[in-house]
Amino acid sequence: MATTSVSGNSRAPATAAGRLLATAVANPFGTLVVLGLAYLAWTLGLPIVDWAFVNATWVASDRAGCNPDGACWAFIVNRLPQFAFGFYPEAERWRAWIVLLAPPLLLLLAMAPDFPGRRRILVVGFCLYPIAAFVMLAGGVLGLAPVPSEKWGGLLLTMVVGLGAFVFSFPIAILLAIGRASKLPAIRLLATGFIEFWRGMPLIAILFMSVIMLPLFLPPGVEFPRLTLAMIGITLYSAAFLAEVARGGLQSVSRGQSEAANALGFGFWAMQGYIVMPQALRAVLPGIVNSAISLLKDTTYVMVVGLFDLLNIVNAALSDPAWLGLATEGYVFVGLVFWSLCFGLSQVSARMERDAERNQSRTPSGERKAP
Amino acid sequence: MTANASISVRSLSKWYGSWRALRDVSMDIEGGTCTVLCGPSGSGKSTLLRCLNGLEEWQEGDVVIGGVPVGYRAGELRRLRRDVGMVFQSFNLFPHLSVLDNVTLAPRIVRRRGRRESEQHAMQLLERVGVGQHAAKLPSALSGGQQQRVAIARALAMRPSILLFDEPTSALDPESVKEVLDVMIDLARSGTTMAVVTHEMGFARRVAGRVVFMDKGSIVETGEPDEFFDCPCTDRAKAFLGNIARN
Repeated sequence: MATTSVSGNSRAPATAAGRLLATAVANPFGTLVVLGLAYLAWTLGLPIVDWAFVNATWVASDRAGCNPDGACWAFIVNRLPQFAFGFYPEAERWRAWIVLLAPPLLLLLAMAPDFPGRRRILVVGFCLYPIAAFVMLAGGVLGLAPVPSEKWGGLLLTMVVGLGAFVFSFPIAILLAIGRASKLPAIRLLATGFIEFWRGMPLIAILFMSVIMLPLFLPPGVEFPRLTLAMIGITLYSAAFLAEVARGGLQSVSRGQSEAANALGFGFWAMQGYIVMPQALRAVLPGIVNSAISLLKDTTYVMVVGLFDLLNIVNAALSDPAWLGLATEGYVFVGLVFWSLCFGLSQVSARMERDAERNQSRTPSGERKAP
Repeated sequence: MTANASISVRSLSKWYGSWRALRDVSMDIEGGTCTVLCGPSGSGKSTLLRCLNGLEEWQEGDVVIGGVPVGYRAGELRRLRRDVGMVFQSFNLFPHLSVLDNVTLAPRIVRRRGRRESEQHAMQLLERVGVGQHAAKLPSALSGGQQQRVAIARALAMRPSILLFDEPTSALDPESVKEVLDVMIDLARSGTTMAVVTHEMGFARRVAGRVVFMDKGSIVETGEPDEFFDCPCTDRAKAFLGNIARN
């Protein structure tokens, strides 16, 4: 960052590089540390750059066509459609494209400058996404050809499971948080028990139970696809965690708020919806985004019940005889994709916090016209 | 309910656990008059006020507002509270909503009025209490006195037949106290039924029809303001007034 110092010290170096240099020459210890770091960066960073870019092969038809000294990105490039969509039939790919591109577009919109209706589009967009995505992918209605969920895979599946579980778990979490703060012992006990049960179980155990054990208890003839069963498990798991985050928010809203709402004649749900929850959720926004990021990464566990999410499909592709021995490339790719998604989420979170802060300190002379 | 209903309290008793907060309290507030409740802290005056709109539950006795007994069932309470406005010591404005939205939210959601109608009424009220130019701001951008006046406008927006004030000026600096009291005096003179917990004796003298002095959960003395302040009958009231005068 090239910011000039305003502290009055005119000799303070203006840039990060300048500050680094100043530290380096300031004392012998500083010099030693900077030199050591530079050496580390050189010895570790250079081979990585060599491997990932200089000696990398981007176009090849199999492993043999790759430079053995560099990364064989051709493997990823060749398999990209599969990594993105799994076994989704090629003729229907346009549907998968829409489902795949909608979340990044929504994230971009969340980062865009404010305009009237932006928030509404965002909220409606994220809330409708899981249902719309399911209808779009599954087909069978609106003249769309049916595609069984066994064929969904790759990043597509990761998006649908991650966002779907998050959006579905949100209302459940709010109800659980309200239940846990209830004055009625039965409701409080029920909510607490539910939260503790789902929070205390490993996600892998939940997935095994929902996919393998749950069907045993269903009446014969009733069958759910594995994806649906896994989604139910992940949703309830996520709801338990989100509920505790939301409860923290509820506790931060002062009692005076609900008293004022009561005194104005608000019923319980109107009070929660218009007065308590908006404040509570705003207070714990970083925690909510934290849960979303954690949930997105947890979706990789669906591989244990045989679903081909991004990680599992890359994993499977590694055993292709034409591309043997490319685990590093595969996992680096998966890591980068997940990292970008999570980074996008945390950027959105930071933006929302900035907006909230500005709202709190604004002096809107004429920002909003009174009637 | 009439536009300025009367309140009648009959042998009200309330316990917090084993501690008795109200002892057999009976009191009448005539429609269209202002009653001031005063007394040392812990005397039960705020508790009594909060019983009047069901924010506190009580164990014995009855509260009758405009001829309708205050019930315990949630639906009944909600209907009652629409007609009983309340102003709190700590304002309790909704910090995430603009001043205008603070005032219009309850009419729109609870009374299901249209946005335009609610906003017009809200602006009239905000002008009346003198904060019309701040309608678009968030409460945190306002001074304490301004916030409390918004809170009064918010209570008035429900067109209540009775207004309750729970130490409305205790959290304010002296200058703001006057702003808020002026609004309250204006309300009292226009014939709103008011019950006010306050130590502002100037306010009581100017507009109160009656002063109710409480101590240790019971009503010790009631009277017209001039009688009460000039020659209180009981020793406890004398001591209390002496303390206030010294401060």
